Amino acid sequence: MKNKNYKPHYQFRRIVVLSVFALVIAGLFWRALDMQIINQPFFQQQGDARHLRVVPISAHRGDIYDRNGEPLAISTPVDSVWVNPKEIKNDLHRVNEIAKTLKINSQHLRNKLTKNSNREFVYILRQVAPDVGEKIKALAIPGVYLQREYKRYYPAGEVTSHVIGFANVDDKGQEGLELAYDEWLSGESGAKRVIRDRLGQVVDDVERIKTAEPGKSVQLSIDRRIQYLAYQSLKSAVKEHKAIAGSAVVLDVHTGEILAMVNQPSFNANDRSQLKPGVYRNRSVTDVFEPGSTMKPFTIAAALETGRWHPKDNVHTSPGYYKVQGSTIKDMRDYGKINLEDIILKSSNVGVSKVALSLDQEQQLDMYLKLGFGVNSGSGFPGERNGNLRTGHLSEFERATMSFGYSLSVTPLQLARAYSAIAANGVVHPVSFLRIDDAVEGERVMSEATAKKVRRMMERVVSPKGTANKASIANYRVAGKTGTVHKFISGGYAEDRYLSVFAGMAPASDPRLVMVVMLNEPRNGKYFGGQVAAPVFSRVISGALRLLDIAPDDLTYVQKKNLKVNGESA
Amino acid sequence: MGSAVGVIYSKHQTRKMFVSLQKLHKQIDELNIEWGQLQLEQSAWSSHGRIEKIARNKLQMTLPRANEILYIKQ
Repeated sequence: MKNKNYKPHYQFRRIVVLSVFALVIAGLFWRALDMQIINQPFFQQQGDARHLRVVPISAHRGDIYDRNGEPLAISTPVDSVWVNPKEIKNDLHRVNEIAKTLKINSQHLRNKLTKNSNREFVYILRQVAPDVGEKIKALAIPGVYLQREYKRYYPAGEVTSHVIGFANVDDKGQEGLELAYDEWLSGESGAKRVIRDRLGQVVDDVERIKTAEPGKSVQLSIDRRIQYLAYQSLKSAVKEHKAIAGSAVVLDVHTGEILAMVNQPSFNANDRSQLKPGVYRNRSVTDVFEPGSTMKPFTIAAALETGRWHPKDNVHTSPGYYKVQGSTIKDMRDYGKINLEDIILKSSNVGVSKVALSLDQEQQLDMYLKLGFGVNSGSGFPGERNGNLRTGHLSEFERATMSFGYSLSVTPLQLARAYSAIAANGVVHPVSFLRIDDAVEGERVMSEATAKKVRRMMERVVSPKGTANKASIANYRVAGKTGTVHKFISGGYAEDRYLSVFAGMAPASDPRLVMVVMLNEPRNGKYFGGQVAAPVFSRVISGALRLLDIAPDDLTYVQKKNLKVNGESA
Repeated sequence: MGSAVGVIYSKHQTRKMFVSLQKLHKQIDELNIEWGQLQLEQSAWSSHGRIEKIARNKLQMTLPRANEILYIKQ
């Protein structure tokens, strides 16, 4: 029964339905407004926090080169593998794959991950080759990441290890020049923002917040060729004479640059897994010793400087010993009446003591001080020692022992620097581990005439009559002085333990190179400085003179057929 | 409308350039790796010990003795 005029009253329902719709739409609008405008920054931040990351970019550490541009320490990029144990939990069965790729023990790795399961960052293996890193990346295991780092290589290995030192796995200098110039060498890490996917793999770089600032390189004064020569020669001498240790330093006379500095025992900076403490020490600057007879030329120089002494002036050394304040100074034998030249030639303790005591304390000590004894050489090497030179009031006996190199101590570097004063006609230069291109201002410590006179005396030491004929070099004039020092042990000087020292320069007519060689306790019979240390000098300096193209200054013995003048046989 | 297109265009350009910047950075990285390895390789081949050994043993070279040296004076 239908009524055509029936008009149903749905008005109420309609209003209800429509208003529900309106409310829903209003709600959506409000939510949209809330998310897009009012709370937008909050949501943006939350979103970014879930997939944007700021990661550091490690900076390239500066390289170290020798004076001719040969690399001595370089950094090459490598990858370090690390995991987030929390993320890898579900994929522990894939640990074997990682272990296999990296060639490490998988059980170890598993234990490491379980032990650190609450952590978010664990290194698996640091500094792997880039191609191995690529393989790890290809495995695409969630929670495993690579980090770009730089590994330090030392191409010259143990030849330069004491001077260069080394940087640790975090690229921080630990020893040697790596430590001294750490700030200069290390770069500044940068930072970049990246997008990561659900698994945490980096998908894309978004922006570079800060570019990594690479470290600056350093060019050293070391000449790798001379360094190698010195290293080889010292090593074989230490072995031959069964010495405990040894040091050798070569200086450029005109600039004070250190051309070579080597020590025994040495170590390889590339592989520091099995090292005894002490081998790191650069003994040439960190260890002091009593210089013994190598001190005598400076005492004689002090005497010549007063103007009261001349090389031909005589001193009575009979009967071969000399009592000072109740103590006795001895010579090897009675040299009788000898002049200053012979005091150096024969290395007379009595003679040099008498000369020293004829001077004022100030005249004697000032010379030592000006030559840099007891004062830091200023090389800037970490752990450098100052040596010991007592000032203040000294007894006559102390002054006498100082005149022949006891009661004071020096580093091999200090001794080499002092000898460079005699070599550079009386001017001493600051020592430098860095290459120097401009002329350096030196400090005059004795007159040119004195330096030349002392040098001439030291040339006779190397002649066949002297104690150091083994230091001679064919076709070059050499000047030097030996030292055989009784070792000071607790309670006094040891009768049968020695340091063998030789300090010399070449070519003697206009010296360019100075070298000090010191062997600690040779125990194979020979122990005189002239037998043990002098041959090292001859080997190294003859090679260095050739390498540096320094012309011979003594061709008197060259046979006539071997000398051509202007192309004509002379 | 015009400015909207302009924004899109410039954004596109930025992205494109950023991608090429990334590529170049990657290239720098790769070249650096290679450079480091070549330097190491070179210093390994040219190490003094190796050269000395070859010169002495393989090429039978020796240092000239003093009487074998000819001096030429200008």
